[in-house]
Amino acid sequence: MIAAIWEVTSRFSSLPDFMFPSLTQVLETLFNGLMSGQIILAIGKSMGRILLGFTIAIIVGLILGYFIWRYKLVEDTLGFVVTALQSIPSIVWFPLAIIWFGLNDFSILFIVTIGATWTMTVNATSGFKNVPQLYQRVAKVYGSSGLHFLRTVILPASVPQIISGLRIAWAFSWRALMAGELLGGGGGLGQLLEMGRSLGQMDLVISVMIIIAIIGTIVDNVVFSRLERNVEVKWGIRGRA
Amino acid sequence: MYLTIDSIEKSFINDRKENVKVLDGINLNVKKGSFVSIVGPSGCGKSTLLYLVAGLDKADSGEIRVDGNLVSKPGPERVVVFQEAGLFPWLTVLENVTYGLNLKKMPKEEAKRKALDVLKMVHLSRYVNSYPHELSGGMKQRVSIARALVMEPDILLMDEPFSALDEQTRMVLHKELLEIWRKTKVTIFFITHNIREAVLLSEEVVVFATRPGRIKEIIPVPTMKDGVTPDSVTLNTEQRILSILQDEIEKVLKEEMGDDYSFKTDHLHRGDSGDMGSHI
Repeated sequence: MIAAIWEVTSRFSSLPDFMFPSLTQVLETLFNGLMSGQIILAIGKSMGRILLGFTIAIIVGLILGYFIWRYKLVEDTLGFVVTALQSIPSIVWFPLAIIWFGLNDFSILFIVTIGATWTMTVNATSGFKNVPQLYQRVAKVYGSSGLHFLRTVILPASVPQIISGLRIAWAFSWRALMAGELLGGGGGLGQLLEMGRSLGQMDLVISVMIIIAIIGTIVDNVVFSRLERNVEVKWGIRGRA
Repeated sequence: MYLTIDSIEKSFINDRKENVKVLDGINLNVKKGSFVSIVGPSGCGKSTLLYLVAGLDKADSGEIRVDGNLVSKPGPERVVVFQEAGLFPWLTVLENVTYGLNLKKMPKEEAKRKALDVLKMVHLSRYVNSYPHELSGGMKQRVSIARALVMEPDILLMDEPFSALDEQTRMVLHKELLEIWRKTKVTIFFITHNIREAVLLSEEVVVFATRPGRIKEIIPVPTMKDGVTPDSVTLNTEQRILSILQDEIEKVLKEEMGDDYSFKTDHLHRGDSGDMGSHI
């Protein structure tokens, strides 16, 4: 239905083709782009970047979360700062990043990481804080302490909250990635968008937008939803579907 | 004496920043292999005492020794069965039971064999690979008991373990617990607010007074040689404990509902109407 309206309005609109391409034209560009490897390459670059940035964000977020949970002093100081930082859209960091690291890959990686880190920290902290006292007591009774206690009780008990943190953090860093690539280049999907704009190829721009939407949906629906559901079923929070 | 509790004092600070004494000069000796219950009104500090024995909490003064060793931190020789089973939902029944054994660095195979033995003892062999949420309340509590027993503890500390269960399940678990106790000869330190439960299960009932918590009386439960106690004896002991507790219950109620409330007179009144008017 939407496809039909698009096709018809585009054919009859007074705008030239390069500004408002028809669906068939977009699909053709998309197909050619995928075939020629141009889009594939861009996907590869973007994914590589986000996976690296995201992984760093998870690790940093969990470690910061641990310290905020464990030490009252850190909570009073850093905890507050993190909440404030969380409210800054990560692209806002970009000017700073350019000055610090130059207009390069590292700057993009920086904002991708920073986009996910604070959310991860906040979620990890509240996950750790909400571990039931009962589980902690049980573990202590059986002689668990230190790293073992962290690994076998605190982390697994906060898994549901960490997963929902991952999900939000992913959305933030995905947006940051696109914005960063759009401004900073580096040969990802964002740069392809920028290239499409400067060449006046709206069919390429829309193709890339479709790719971005597809990847975003796949990751959210397939990776995180499945992860979440698995945990819920295993824990009995939600019945087997 | 096996477990000795020597002049324990414990206070905590309440919401209004007042210092409240929960335990006042507790002295108690428990013989090895015995089954001792502690009954008392809610808030009398009986659970606090159990946490102190478990090493989960520290006393302000006094000391607790098990087999001569001073208790300072939790240890696998003094395991606790909590009111709620407290099984880890991310582990299977078997993994929950082997949790403590893995901490002891026992080889995997041996731990598994032991866990399976204990699970058999609590009649849960069929649910070894289930997750906790697939079990009923009574089954969860049996896993929790199995998890404790597999450690071969010196003392099993039980904090109102059956109070969240329904009557039938509780009766079944009473029977099972007694069987386990006879089989393993483990020392059991049992906290409950249910007088009948205490009399039914234990050899000795420690009656607690409240605010501050202290031991009011220790009542031995008479048992017959064949292990079956006639109902009349049980009932008698129950009555005796109830009458001791009455003062304490009244004290709690007065604090909650004002000085004009009296539980005792109310009780007496009910006793009067129970004779169906034979004195008319």
